[in-house]
Amino acid sequence: MSVAEAEKTRERWQTVMSGPAPEHIKMHTRDVCVFYGAKQALFDVDLDIGEREVTALIGPSGCGKSTYLRCLNRMNDTIDICRVTGKIELEGEDIYAPSIDVVELRARVGMVFQKPNPFAKSIFDNVAYGPRIHGLAGSKSDLEDIVVSSLKKAGLYNEVSDRLHEPGTGLSGGQQQRLCIARAIAVNPEVILMDEPCSALDPIATAKVEELIDELRENYSIVIVTHSMQQAARVSQRTAFFHLGILVEVGDTDRMFTNPQDQRTQDYITGRFG
Amino acid sequence: MNTGLLVLAVLVIAIAGFILGRRHSLVTANGDIRNLHSLPGYHGQSVFIFAAAPALLLVCVWLLAQPLVIESRVSSMIEPSDIPSGSTLGLVMADVRRISDGLDVAVAQGALTEAQIDNMRADLTDVRSRLADVGIAVGSNVSQNVFLAAKEFRALNGIGRIAMAIAGLALALAGAAFAYSRITPRYRARNVSEGAIKALMILSSTVAILTTLGIVLSLVFETVHFFRLYPAQNFFFNFTWNPQFRGGSDLGIIPLLWGTLYVSFTALAVAVPIGLLSAIYLAEYASSTVRSVAKPTIELLAGIPTIVYGLFALITVGPMLRDYFAQPLGLGSSSSSVMTAGLVMGIMVIPFISSLSDDVINAVPQAMRDGSLGLGATRSETVKKVILPAALPGIVGAILLAASRAIGETMIVVMGAGAAAKLSVNPFEAMTTITVKIVSQLTGDTEFASPETLVAFALGLSLFVVTLGLNVVALYVVRKYREQYE
Ligand SMILES: Nc1ncnc2c1ncn2[C@@H]1O[C@H](COP(=O)(O)OP(=O)(O)O)[C@@H](O)[C@H]1O
Ligand SMILES: [Mg+2]
Repeated sequence: MSVAEAEKTRERWQTVMSGPAPEHIKMHTRDVCVFYGAKQALFDVDLDIGEREVTALIGPSGCGKSTYLRCLNRMNDTIDICRVTGKIELEGEDIYAPSIDVVELRARVGMVFQKPNPFAKSIFDNVAYGPRIHGLAGSKSDLEDIVVSSLKKAGLYNEVSDRLHEPGTGLSGGQQQRLCIARAIAVNPEVILMDEPCSALDPIATAKVEELIDELRENYSIVIVTHSMQQAARVSQRTAFFHLGILVEVGDTDRMFTNPQDQRTQDYITGRFG
Repeated sequence: MNTGLLVLAVLVIAIAGFILGRRHSLVTANGDIRNLHSLPGYHGQSVFIFAAAPALLLVCVWLLAQPLVIESRVSSMIEPSDIPSGSTLGLVMADVRRISDGLDVAVAQGALTEAQIDNMRADLTDVRSRLADVGIAVGSNVSQNVFLAAKEFRALNGIGRIAMAIAGLALALAGAAFAYSRITPRYRARNVSEGAIKALMILSSTVAILTTLGIVLSLVFETVHFFRLYPAQNFFFNFTWNPQFRGGSDLGIIPLLWGTLYVSFTALAVAVPIGLLSAIYLAEYASSTVRSVAKPTIELLAGIPTIVYGLFALITVGPMLRDYFAQPLGLGSSSSSVMTAGLVMGIMVIPFISSLSDDVINAVPQAMRDGSLGLGATRSETVKKVILPAALPGIVGAILLAASRAIGETMIVVMGAGAAAKLSVNPFEAMTTITVKIVSQLTGDTEFASPETLVAFALGLSLFVVTLGLNVVALYVVRKYREQYE
């Protein structure tokens, strides 16, 4: 590769910053590359996740949004062939450092998945699962308090208060997803990662979850992957646009959608591809 | 024409029909495949089916019916005076068949001609010695009436065979012609072939079901026979097993049942922890390279013949247990013991448990694992709290399958635990199981109709009921598991 070509490639990888970095940075990532075997899925991603705000990751499918998200709580570790390089910090602490306890990290950075995945246990036991394994409740009534308050925060309590001991798998799709959010909240995380949390839900359930995300922003830092630009516009304060494993542009959601700087962002937002 | 040749001829007709039918369908469609409802191959198949199926069915039915018809015709020729004292009609008829076969052999060897046989009379010729010359032994001297019956038998059989060949070939040709004449572009040959395939499958499953039914019925039949000779309550509640050659035996199932359950339990106590832990390791922890080597290696255990396990028990495990455990602990000095058989059998059933459990653990959706790991659970917490509860019914199914395998095992028991029926709790003592006793009772010298032999069927039926019970439980558990997962 000639010097000129290398320069060009670098330019191509250069992220356009539309707007300032977040005021309070919760997670800080630099030069993140991810490889699945020999195949590289992410190229030098530099992105800051702001505290108590919602960051949306958008981009055509296969561009590496989920891959990036899974780096943030090291869920990629569960994939044998996956290798991550670069620096990822949570509150200034390198989460890939050998001294880090992955299990503890995942309690601090919770995750909600694309498809609702409640355990085949009762609603109560689903929410109590995390507090139990982490020993967060001193007594039985403590545990009950945690479960009830998590369900309330997830906006589910009123709907299930009379059937806490029935299986969580018996709920509707939207309720299941909110149960999974309650389950994640119950371990008191600082960051919540959501990978297309509404893609398996109908519009009404989606609206409820979006409302919930907006409320949760007061207490948690949230990163949400979505393929719906309307959703990103509705719930997020900052948006990051990925394309072919490259973070193309990141900035205030309002500015990204009204005045994108990069041609690729513009094409995607106006629906020319994706 | 013999039957094999006939079947071959029918198949040749059918294949010719296939080829002609395929070609003809294209001709009716003016050579354009798009004008046909069904592809030419289906038209060929339909001709094949109409040629082969009815003809072969006819041959089958004929083969079953012909002996019955001929037998009854011929046996009516035998007078009561033809039956020697102490013999029966059945034995005489057996002679009739043998003489008829003998005549066939004699003709085939050229020792006799058809004309000679026609003129031969039993009261003038020594039929017995002439048949002995061609290597056929007949029980007693042949009376003229029996000889006539044999000749009649032979003639009827010959006519029957020829008639069958003619009927079969005619039916095959007629079927082929019928199907061929039906070929038009709109003829739905595709559906005909679909129907034929369905019929074939139903036939196969019927064979399997009827065989099972037959096995069970024959067991039940002989068991009823046994209980007529030996009281049922003694069989079920007697605490001793002591068969005698001259009658007056104690044939209580309890010591054998105890031995069976004790050995199987020991085997499961070995196999369940080892099998389950290796399944969890393979499914949840092992890298794909380790897994691809380890899984087939463990499954290899299931492919070792049980006699080899038996040798291992007899030569290695038995003496070792005796020298290092039983004797130092003062628990006996027998190298055959429940422990020996149980240990070795346990090793044998490990793959049943590990392989099936591995499958059910793998069937637990990945989303469950992700959910648990995403909440900060460790792998073993995930296994314990999410995966095992979800896979438990399937695992129970695997264990029950291993249990029925262990209960039915014979070779390892004979060589590992011995053949002494005993009621004891000492695992270092020789004991035996139901299966071993079934073998020894059936292979003994006693008369077949004695309770000492027939008890084998009662034992077999009891064993069958036990394993059936286990299978029903397993099926029930597995079904429940399915419900949980939808
Ligand atoms: N487990 C995996 N093994 C191999 N390749 C993967 C795996 N997961 C994702 N990839 C690849 O990484 C790229 C990014 O995938 P992903 O992050 O899932 O995209 P997105 O979530 O944006 O649709 C894709 O090309 C995909 O094929
Ligand atoms: Mg994705």
